[in-house]
Amino acid sequence: MTDNNNGVLVVVEVLESQPIDLGLEMLALARRLTDSMGGTVTAVAFGTGLESTGETLIAHGADQVLINDNSIFANFHAEAWLPDLSKMIAEVAPAIVLIGHSESGTDLAPRLAFRLDVDVATGCESIEIMNGRPHMTRSCFGGLAREVVTFTKTPALATVRSKSQQALPPMMERAGEIKHVDSILDENSMRTRVVNRETEKADGVKMESAKIVIGGGLGLGGPEGFKTLNEIAELVDGAVGASRAACDLDWCPRSYQIGLSGRTVAPELYIAVGISGASHHMAGCGNSKTIVSVNSDPNAEIFKSSRFGIVGNSQEIMPALAEEIRKLKA
Amino acid sequence: MKIVVCVKQIQNPEIPSAQFRIDEQAKTLIPVSGLQPVLSPFDEQAVEAALRIRDSAGEDADVEIIIVTIASKASRAPIKAALALGADNAVLLSDSVFDGSGGYVTARNLAETIRTIGDVDLILAGRQAADGDAGVVGLGVAEILDIPAITFARDVQINDGVITVQRVLQDGIETVEADLPALVTISNELGKVRHASMRETMRAAKKPVEEWMPDDIGLDETQVGSSAMRYKLERLYVPVNDIECEFIGGDTPADIAATLAQHMREAKLI
Repeated sequence: MTDNNNGVLVVVEVLESQPIDLGLEMLALARRLTDSMGGTVTAVAFGTGLESTGETLIAHGADQVLINDNSIFANFHAEAWLPDLSKMIAEVAPAIVLIGHSESGTDLAPRLAFRLDVDVATGCESIEIMNGRPHMTRSCFGGLAREVVTFTKTPALATVRSKSQQALPPMMERAGEIKHVDSILDENSMRTRVVNRETEKADGVKMESAKIVIGGGLGLGGPEGFKTLNEIAELVDGAVGASRAACDLDWCPRSYQIGLSGRTVAPELYIAVGISGASHHMAGCGNSKTIVSVNSDPNAEIFKSSRFGIVGNSQEIMPALAEEIRKLKA
Repeated sequence: MKIVVCVKQIQNPEIPSAQFRIDEQAKTLIPVSGLQPVLSPFDEQAVEAALRIRDSAGEDADVEIIIVTIASKASRAPIKAALALGADNAVLLSDSVFDGSGGYVTARNLAETIRTIGDVDLILAGRQAADGDAGVVGLGVAEILDIPAITFARDVQINDGVITVQRVLQDGIETVEADLPALVTISNELGKVRHASMRETMRAAKKPVEEWMPDDIGLDETQVGSSAMRYKLERLYVPVNDIECEFIGGDTPADIAATLAQHMREAKLI
């Protein structure tokens, strides 16, 4: 394979006809990378109902958008995406391919890497061009360390962490090209069959876009603790999340899980309640603007990442906080 | 039925951050004295998934569980642990040429090992190792062997050569089927792993553990270890944390809560 150099290709996930925030964040990163190494920014979108997606992606930084609008892609299915995505990458020949470090992206990117016969850096927090080569910084050891890696072969494939980049403000006057591509997928070649899909409707404010997120952990003492957290979240238009330990005990829905193998949030305020602060949890909330933590253990790891700390019994403090907020709002 | 479980032995991931040290020169983790390497937790759950399949297949079914790993000679304890849980035997790529190779090369080496074992029906692996956190090797093995792969499983069932997997989504559960042979990566939602019984622990000492060299899996030295790597580790470091925590005190929970609520209002969050 010769050295590809045609800029950056970004795979943007689209949910209910809207590109997800992480996709727009990656476009900003792609813009910055092409500013320093040249080439164009190509955005790729799979799904249905993508009529306005092209314009949105151009407004957020894409020079070229490849739209694969097909009902087979309505739900993410890694095996279905691979033939088309591999072909697009071969045609565009980018130096760098960015995929979101989401549940879909983490399923897709390693498969794609081996199809392209390249390595992949998963969970990247930043990418810089140094000496003409992309240097990818990613979290490892459950978030305790960072490693910087480079690749010997192009394209450099990376999954990017949610909230690690800031999306550009949309400029509707930006020019770009939108191309519709026809899928080459042969559905008979599919070897995995999705036979059922049950999703829980998320209630309240979506965790990733909430300004305040309240996370509950083992220190809550049981599922009842989450009731108070939900009460407070409702008062402040916030969302409730949890540590993996609390989810594993079924104290809350599994969709609450924040961390390395769960969701990533970066709200204005993250209130960690009864969470010890294990690095795999911090990997999902470490980019929050301010962290306040409540923990009965004064030596809890979480205080090292917190702007404000409260040492005490969360079962007493959280109901009191709900009461105080009610008073302030009255 | 032959099940291969790919495992990695790592430094205990529960290591407190105060004891976590990196040698930036050597770009490696400095081992904490007294802490033994362990099976990466997701891999331990992959072993559990294999054992559950054997349990549900019934006493008469012929299910062989083979542990495959790249492990230095330093410690065999994690492999013994997997055997003590009930796996039947193990294949180790234990020569130092296999060391420090990263996900891309590891997947190639494991895939060739599985090809050499032959007639494998199911391959299980943890969703990611708890040291590198990459989540690349399992899917890589499936791509190289050209078999279907299903990720993030919380339940795995096999009936008449068809595997049915419940995979964990952020907002729900997806049920996916494939014909065997297939590869499945296991997530923490699989649940609790069993403890080794006294009987299995005693039997484990006698279970066969083979050590293979590059020759044994049909690879030469340029195709294994660091010489085959597609990436270069430029730097490994511990990020600086400069946050100073201000503790909010008070005589009663209500006092403390009032101060916190006040801070929130000042920040215009209420």
